[in-house]
Amino acid sequence: MAKNLIRKTFLEPLGKNNPVFVQILGICSTLAVTNKLQNTMVMTLGVMFTAAFSSWTISLLRNHIPSRIRMMVETMVIATFVIIVDVVLKAYYPEMWKQLGPYVGLIITNCIVMGRIEAFALQNKPMLSLIDGLSSGLGYAYVLLIIAFIRELLGTGSLWGYRILGTWWTNWSIMIMPPGGFFVLAIIIWVIRETIMKEAKHA
Amino acid sequence: MPDSIMPFAVFFASIFTGNILLTNYLGMCSFLSVSKELKTSVGLGVAVIFVMATTTPLNWLVYQYLLIPFELEYLRFIVFIIVIAAFVQLTEMTIERYSENLYQALGIFLPLITVNCAILGVSLFMVIREYTFITSFFFGLGSGIGWFIAIIAMAGIRQKLKNASVPPGLEGPGIALVIAGFMAMAFMGFSGMISLS
Repeated sequence: MAKNLIRKTFLEPLGKNNPVFVQILGICSTLAVTNKLQNTMVMTLGVMFTAAFSSWTISLLRNHIPSRIRMMVETMVIATFVIIVDVVLKAYYPEMWKQLGPYVGLIITNCIVMGRIEAFALQNKPMLSLIDGLSSGLGYAYVLLIIAFIRELLGTGSLWGYRILGTWWTNWSIMIMPPGGFFVLAIIIWVIRETIMKEAKHA
Repeated sequence: MPDSIMPFAVFFASIFTGNILLTNYLGMCSFLSVSKELKTSVGLGVAVIFVMATTTPLNWLVYQYLLIPFELEYLRFIVFIIVIAAFVQLTEMTIERYSENLYQALGIFLPLITVNCAILGVSLFMVIREYTFITSFFFGLGSGIGWFIAIIAMAGIRQKLKNASVPPGLEGPGIALVIAGFMAMAFMGFSGMISLS
């Protein structure tokens, strides 16, 4: 029973309850860096770390937080973990830190982190909340990595900074500019909703 | 660029060429969920302008006179969020006091301003780009107006779209993202005029 619950908690955010497809949450802070696969990877790792550990922390404290100032406490906890991400990045990967600019800080306002805390961590045990936060982060990460993959490949002809397509490839520069992000995300949502979601509805 | 015209250049640029929503994707969550109705969009847009124009210079003061002297720059995320949350609370109380209808219409979205990425984003950009106090004010105001214009335009288009037949998988957020993409392309037309570093 307990094992099933853990499995369910882990798998749901990856598939039919994916935060990006179902609720279109949390794309604010990360969509801007999806023009490069490498940056997206670092950002989504940051989101996963923050989501998992802030869910865990809030779940530990859930019986002690007065409900009136609940939001404030949650924000403080999230901000603490984001500061850890920021400081670590600045110390070990200063180049990456410079490129990401303000977007690392914006993980605080990522709706997924706050959303999972409100919807899950406040009612559940710490370990389960940690798993839920982690898998929500994962479900979010793979969607954004797909977007980044498409955008970097079509926009610059390379992946992870290495040239993949030959010189015959004409770069679609629209892909690495802001409109590209909107279009790619829209198309992915369309495809997912037409295929996976439809099956889920019939079942 | 001479210092005297810098605030105005930043003001113009933050509305058009560097629109916070259409070029940085900030504030997408509330943008997608609120833009279904023109009336609520206006309410939220005005609230965002107010909060941005006040919190950005306020955060500038806090950063320059509190965080830098004590070498606590790394705490800026927490401090900025607190300043913004206090201001959102103030906005909420003001709206509740003076306009019952607007308060009803905005419902749960007002507290969400605190977690509106755009508000915190403007303050963080202000720090990174090393603006002066006056420039920060105009940057906040301009970004707010830019966000307002984007959400109003989107709400207007989405109201017309109610009668159109959209593929079922693309309904709702999907089509909104496509429209946002076209709007971003339109705003790119301004990009030759001026640029935000």
